[in-house]
Amino acid sequence: MSHYYDDQDLERFPEIGKHCPELYDYFLNYYQGVMAAGALTVREKALIALAVAHAVQCPYCIDAYTRVSLEAGSNLEEMTEAVHVAVAIRGGAALIHGLQMQRAAAKISI
Amino acid sequence: MATVAPFARQLEHVGYRELKAIQVQTLQVNLGWRCNQSCKHCHLAAGPDRPEMMAPDLVEEVLLVAGRWSLPEVDLTGGAPELHPRFEYLVGRLHGLGVRILSRCNLTVLLEPGKEHLPRFFRDHGVELICSLPYFQEEMVDRVRGPGAFQKSLEALHRLNRLGYGQPGSDLKLNLMFNPAGAYFPPEQGGLQALFRRELERRHQVRFHRLYTLLNMPIGRFRHYLQQSRNYEGYMGKLAASFNPETVAGLMCRRLVSVAWDGRLYDCDFNQALGLPLKEGMPQYLQDFDLPALASRPINLGDHCYGCTAGAGSSCGGKLAAE
Repeated sequence: MSHYYDDQDLERFPEIGKHCPELYDYFLNYYQGVMAAGALTVREKALIALAVAHAVQCPYCIDAYTRVSLEAGSNLEEMTEAVHVAVAIRGGAALIHGLQMQRAAAKISI
Repeated sequence: MATVAPFARQLEHVGYRELKAIQVQTLQVNLGWRCNQSCKHCHLAAGPDRPEMMAPDLVEEVLLVAGRWSLPEVDLTGGAPELHPRFEYLVGRLHGLGVRILSRCNLTVLLEPGKEHLPRFFRDHGVELICSLPYFQEEMVDRVRGPGAFQKSLEALHRLNRLGYGQPGSDLKLNLMFNPAGAYFPPEQGGLQALFRRELERRHQVRFHRLYTLLNMPIGRFRHYLQQSRNYEGYMGKLAASFNPETVAGLMCRRLVSVAWDGRLYDCDFNQALGLPLKEGMPQYLQDFDLPALASRPINLGDHCYGCTAGAGSSCGGKLAAE
């Protein structure tokens, strides 16, 4: 294999259960429960998942939740806004560490 | 479609050695493949240059069949059925017979020169409208249906709303038909209807009664798109993997007979597009229409039938099973 990611792997996801089926089943049940309609709709959860997929930069999740979002009735305007939410939080998370930098600098500065 | 198990075999696995019609209530009449639009998903590849058009004597035959067999419902489709020169004559006569008339409207045709009076004509003849609108945003609609289609559709919807179509409590039924703008499945119908109702009202002050979701059939122009974009194998695989036995009881082919512009009979409009006629031994032409024979006829199946049984199912009347 000349690359680390293979889009065919998404369909092979259940193979992860091979050596630890019980834990895989726990995960799958939990996952399905989380993504089912609850206080949030399936469409809203898919948009959250799409944003998180970008935050964790998972190409499988981006492929999957792009499709799921479209199949839930979302549009590219909403999906792009969701990506920006991920970017904003990631950016803010980096930026808040600037205070750590300032404290570290203060410690060693006259 | 060699990548999936034959549809007939899939049906056998769930107990249907043969799929038969149950009760024919609807004559679906395809008046012709001429259309003022050339939508990218059209299973008939309809468009302005298509010459296929039902002859006047066949229009008379439709009336004879509807009357003779007391068919409760006639579903008019195309192309754009309104472009047929005898469309209004046919609707007028069907109205006189007391038949429930459904007409599948692309909306933009109502703005074509000489067709502006149609909303009032529909109202006066109690025609129930099923109007194509794949989304509540311009970009997605125009991408599928052509530049300018969305704004024209909105104008047509406003005109229909002003006449009472689609208004809460109104008997003038205005239902919308959604289909995905790509190689993916339609959303859950109930949730999408709520979203459409909210957004069409908020953004455009448009009202409607019900929203039906329709999956794009892997035939005609949409099949060409799937092949060109290398989505065909994946789409067919997903259709077959999503086979839902609960949809089989409600399949539309079991309750209607489709008649093509040339008078040939089919199990559905999709079989018509593929040239897949009724099974041997069945009446093949409108002139031979025989309700008792057709009411329990065996359906001619193909792998495109996976398109009607995937997930919650798909039909000209929307989903077929619980979501």
